[in-house]
Amino acid sequence: MTEKAPETDFDGVESRRAEKVVTSSQAKAWFVREVLPLEAMLTRFLARNWRNKVDLEDFRQEIYAQVLDAAETKIPDRAKPFVFSVARNLLVDRFRKEHVVPIEAVAELDTLNVPADEPGPERTAVARDLLRRLQSGIERLPPRCREAVVLKRIEGLSRREIAERMGIAEQTVSDYIAYGMRILADVLYGESPELGSGA
Amino acid sequence: MSGIDSKRSSINEAASAWLERAHSGNWTEQNQAELEAWLTESSAHRAAYWRLEDAWSHASRLSALRAPSPQPAARRRFLPILARTAAVIAVCSALGVIGTKYLLSPETRAYATGLGGHKTVTLPDGSRIELNTNTVLRVAANADKRTVWLDKGEAYFQIKHDAAHPLVVFAAGHRITDLGTKFLIRQDEDRIEIALMEGRARLDTDSASARARSTVLTPGDVAIATADTMSVTQRPAQKLANELGWRQGQLVFTETTLGDAASEFNRYNATKLMVSDPAIARMKINGTFPTSGAEMFARVAQHILQLQVVRRGDEVVISR
Repeated sequence: MTEKAPETDFDGVESRRAEKVVTSSQAKAWFVREVLPLEAMLTRFLARNWRNKVDLEDFRQEIYAQVLDAAETKIPDRAKPFVFSVARNLLVDRFRKEHVVPIEAVAELDTLNVPADEPGPERTAVARDLLRRLQSGIERLPPRCREAVVLKRIEGLSRREIAERMGIAEQTVSDYIAYGMRILADVLYGESPELGSGA
Repeated sequence: MSGIDSKRSSINEAASAWLERAHSGNWTEQNQAELEAWLTESSAHRAAYWRLEDAWSHASRLSALRAPSPQPAARRRFLPILARTAAVIAVCSALGVIGTKYLLSPETRAYATGLGGHKTVTLPDGSRIELNTNTVLRVAANADKRTVWLDKGEAYFQIKHDAAHPLVVFAAGHRITDLGTKFLIRQDEDRIEIALMEGRARLDTDSASARARSTVLTPGDVAIATADTMSVTQRPAQKLANELGWRQGQLVFTETTLGDAASEFNRYNATKLMVSDPAIARMKINGTFPTSGAEMFARVAQHILQLQVVRRGDEVVISR
């Protein structure tokens, strides 16, 4: 392993690389640090090559699952080429199953030239745009949902306290918060503007 | 609202429901175990949960949106309570305008490791807590208070001392108050062990039994408490250092019985070592192994101690 210094994320949780065995927390740290910042690029790649936008979330989940399965055995040396080769294989597989292989898609997949995994612009972009993205995510939420998210994340109120303050059922608070969590993650990583109105 | 509907169409929705629940202010060890079971079920679950969890953790930075300084991270310290309250009120009245600096009440966060896991939690003041295998702890820390609950397992504490706001750990009915300290707490089924490496700490047993007592531990002290007994002994520094081998992923055995060594490995691994014969279990060994090295250990027993080693499913049985 090349890294000696522990990695610390924003929550102060760090993971140490051990000799051979990849622990769950190592795989997680790698996933959060290396894979999630690729999501916007991955989403664009999938959207270009697959017409039906409804499938994209499933694709993303499937790709992440495969990537993580592999990482839990051995952390790939370079994240980006690995993630995109998984994505490519998944698309090829889906094309086969649909018995329709769009010619331009295959052409693009074959020429897909994934750059080396340097400190890529996508990662620094995520860091730099963090606040802007979060803000636009918050603004995209419906007003009541936004109110619940602000009370939760900024003020740190419990579910019950939010329910009391807003005069709504605790289950509704849960639904608002969970929805807010999904939208914030999409905006932070996926950058897929149409997700806000869809569902 | 009995919780998570496992038949949800979308894994992402299920993951967000779990995450919401974990932050709801009403989260038990039982819930944590259920969540871990769900995460263990598939890598798709883990990916979805970690993704949302990471985004949600960043969302706390929303509080910095209105900060005048472009370096919010360096400035997100603590305002006087009045100012914070005012800021929160401002947020509440002008929804969508996000202007507070920090959370008003300490948010309790849960941290857990699975079998063989190892995780370090850094508190805002720079104090560090290292979780060993199969451990659950909760932390509530803000400017006024630092409280930790060790619900199960073992953790090593390196605490930045703050006389005005001592860190307090609750574990198995005992209260450990740091007085500037490095210490280790290990909780097994029927006993808890507190080993002090540096500094001082005060141990209070909250036990209802008549002899509730308070003891100040100094370096080298090891307090061992069961339901109704408590004793404090001195242990040599080298031995204490060995007990922290797990921080480097190692188990260090010196004059350790085979039985004890097997139980140590079993704390870290799904494959369980069984020593079938009490006479063998009393054999003493020395050596250093990776915590994940149960099978390596079994091979050593086989070739060096000339014992029989047989694998049966998830068990490795060591016999004569």
